[in-house]
Amino acid sequence: MDAHTAHAAAEPHGPPAGLMRWLTTTNHKDIGTLYLWFAAAMFLLGGVAAMLIRAELYQPGLQITHPDAFNQLTSLHGLIMIFGVIMPAFTGLANWQVPLMIGAPDMAFPRMNNLSFWLLPPAAVLLIGSAFVPGGAVGTGWTLYPPLFIQGGIGYDMAIFAIHLMGLSSILGAINIATTIVNLRAPGMRLMDMPMFIWTWLVTAFLLIAAMPVLAGAVTMLLMDRHFGTHFFDAAGGGDPVMFQHIFWFFGHPEVYILILPAFGIVSTVIPTFARKPLFGYRSMVYATVSIALLSFLVWAHHMFTVGMPAAAQLFFMYATMLIAVPTGVKVFNWVATLWRGSISFETPMLFALAFVCLFTIGGFSGLVLAMAPVDVQLHDTYYVVAHFHYVLVTGALFAIYAAVYYWLPKWTGHMYDERLARWHFWLSVISVNVLFFPMHFLGLAGMPRRIPDYALQFAAYNQIASIGGFVFGAAQILLAIVVFKAIRGGAPAPARVWEGAQGLEWTLPSPPPYHSFTTPLRMTP
Amino acid sequence: MSGLPCVRRIGPFAVQVTAAWAATVSTVWAQWAIDLQPPKAEFAQRIYDLHVLILLVCLGIFVVVFGAMFYALWRYRKSLGHTARPFHEHTAVEVAWTLIPFLILVAMAWPATQAVLMQKDTADPELTIKVTGYQWKWEYDYLTLGVKFMSSLATPREQIEGRAPKDAHYLLEVDAPMVVPVGKKVRLLLTANDVIHAWWVPALGVKQDAIPGFVREAWFRATEPGVYRGQCAELCGTGHAFMPIVVEVRTQEGFEAWLRERQLAQARAAAEAQQRFTLKELMARGERVYAAHCSACHQANGRGLPGVFPALAGSKLVLGPAAAHIDIVLNGRPGTAMAAFRNQLSDVELAAVITYERNTWGNAAGVVQPAEVKARR
Repeated sequence: MDAHTAHAAAEPHGPPAGLMRWLTTTNHKDIGTLYLWFAAAMFLLGGVAAMLIRAELYQPGLQITHPDAFNQLTSLHGLIMIFGVIMPAFTGLANWQVPLMIGAPDMAFPRMNNLSFWLLPPAAVLLIGSAFVPGGAVGTGWTLYPPLFIQGGIGYDMAIFAIHLMGLSSILGAINIATTIVNLRAPGMRLMDMPMFIWTWLVTAFLLIAAMPVLAGAVTMLLMDRHFGTHFFDAAGGGDPVMFQHIFWFFGHPEVYILILPAFGIVSTVIPTFARKPLFGYRSMVYATVSIALLSFLVWAHHMFTVGMPAAAQLFFMYATMLIAVPTGVKVFNWVATLWRGSISFETPMLFALAFVCLFTIGGFSGLVLAMAPVDVQLHDTYYVVAHFHYVLVTGALFAIYAAVYYWLPKWTGHMYDERLARWHFWLSVISVNVLFFPMHFLGLAGMPRRIPDYALQFAAYNQIASIGGFVFGAAQILLAIVVFKAIRGGAPAPARVWEGAQGLEWTLPSPPPYHSFTTPLRMTP
Repeated sequence: MSGLPCVRRIGPFAVQVTAAWAATVSTVWAQWAIDLQPPKAEFAQRIYDLHVLILLVCLGIFVVVFGAMFYALWRYRKSLGHTARPFHEHTAVEVAWTLIPFLILVAMAWPATQAVLMQKDTADPELTIKVTGYQWKWEYDYLTLGVKFMSSLATPREQIEGRAPKDAHYLLEVDAPMVVPVGKKVRLLLTANDVIHAWWVPALGVKQDAIPGFVREAWFRATEPGVYRGQCAELCGTGHAFMPIVVEVRTQEGFEAWLRERQLAQARAAAEAQQRFTLKELMARGERVYAAHCSACHQANGRGLPGVFPALAGSKLVLGPAAAHIDIVLNGRPGTAMAAFRNQLSDVELAAVITYERNTWGNAAGVVQPAEVKARR
């Protein structure tokens, strides 16, 4: 390590100063930081959209939006949160952590890394900008179903190009991450020695490479139908609107696991640290991750149980979907077994990870209910589905990102964060998020469709409760910003091994780590 | 025995009080419902039972798994001085918790499979109704009975915009409900005219997408007379929240009476198309048609939404020759939300709404008669 620091200090090629550092950087930590700030900025925008949605739904009647504007808000909220927040945040975490955790100096393709980040801001400009052109932004929901999509204005074309750019960015990022993991591991680190976060990201990268081009194809076909006289999705020209749904969900369901597998990796890293015990069932965790990824390509049509498929197709997709519960269950059982007879402490990363296990599982159970094709007849396109995927994506993916940020923030900044404020952030979030999303199960069961700006009177009570929970949850996220800013500006200096029970190569480097992570190859002795 | 007259007097009053109490309770109950709506059809009942079963299984697993987790969190705290036992594998346990969930799922798949097969069995219907989704209303065509009508939202705009108190069935009321006989297998043939809609009535256990260019099937057999309400369940544009479904389940005699009445009304409407109307008559009728079919986009004030839906007040097209105006209402504008109304509205309704548009919001462009509309079809 001494030789390494001496080398870094002697090197004249430090980063350029100011704006050029960020525009031209090929450094995995700088790019990781850019991704995380981009995700934070998008989270603010998507969050404002969510607050407006909950404000409109606070009581029956139209108060603050026109139905058309409401549809644009829900669509932008979905697109921004998925493509602008969760995916870039995970890629940012991968950029920071993959080289640190496998003992590499940087990513395999540093220049491509720069490109894959800098494709995102133009995509965001196109997507947000589409709200300000005649006809407005996409109002079809993030699922973009034709023929409704065909009716839209120029904002819809802007959304298509935004999706192309974001997809390209994801594919390049995924190629980079997979190549880094496969080729740049410290000598002696075998695949089955890799930390779980690395395993889950490796599998995610392959999912991205397989799924994102399918989405690109689907939106290109929409573009062709809109402007070049094709009829892929128009029955009048021999096409089929349902074909879009098959193509979209062939991307869309692997996408669901793109959004959750890295979260599994984070939780599998955080829980052993604070239980001071190795992860239970490492091998079965790896096998479960891979089988979830494979199954994710066979279940897409469970999003389409009401389009009127033949009985055989309903049954196949129902069985395949139910099967996913098995490897997912294995993961949850392994986490609980990791806690068993540990020596458990409750720092903020652990609190978020434990909340993840509990609340993600609620999302898993509602997923199992939805998997039953006949039950889905009642629940499809209702608030029950909204509750389900927000449990999976907010208390699942987002909470895992929070756990990761708190877990590695001292490593990144070199300062401990304010634990007291962080706990406030946790408790306010975990309570309000349940006030926000749990009543939505009841709304869906009672018969409230999703994506409506106005509703019948029997849905008033739970909507009001959900809105109040939403406002508190939104406000609570300001605390996270405060904690992060404080940690960047200063605080108690963080040691190299920030957490007592932390295992892994990132903790062998000082906090913050040097600009080039591992400049001399490590020798792993398993 | 002297108490009896008193009871007689109290009787009706008690019934009234009980009814009022029951009504309040049912509204309050509806607001705090935590379950599926009470099923009123065979298949809906099947869904209900299946949901209860899977929910109980989930609750059971939840209690066991998270009982263990919270016990571990409480028992093995570092603050109690517990030291970790670094075990990390146990093959038998791992095999067990892979196999047991699998077996539970196989057990769940059995009733679910039976329900899927029941849902898909649309054979031997006793009544077939073709349902067509439009932006944003439904059309019901009783194929063999010569009855066909539109069913659109009956809630006035004032209630939606908060200028009038909302009534009990706010957003769940229509001008003309679907009427079916109780206990009969009703088959629906669903399609759509413009974009994908979904026909959903929770109490009847039917949700089926209506897809333009394709016909899909669904069925229900209602078990109890009553009025059952639902909504479009597939996002279909601006008016998605405003195209409810109301199904009135009647006794066989009630259904037949309704059928005769409908057939007579349709004959009257056909005769009407030959008449000439005054401006006042057309305006009164046109205002209603406009509210039901046009105001979602072009707005009640005729100003549209800039950049999204064009204004009709002061519009060149509306103030220009009647023929062009009639054509666009009849044929729509492909690739936009402007639908073709030729099959949705009668000549009289079209003449009324066109006349209304040409003579409101400061427009003054004369009367259009049903015969003129007919000529341009």
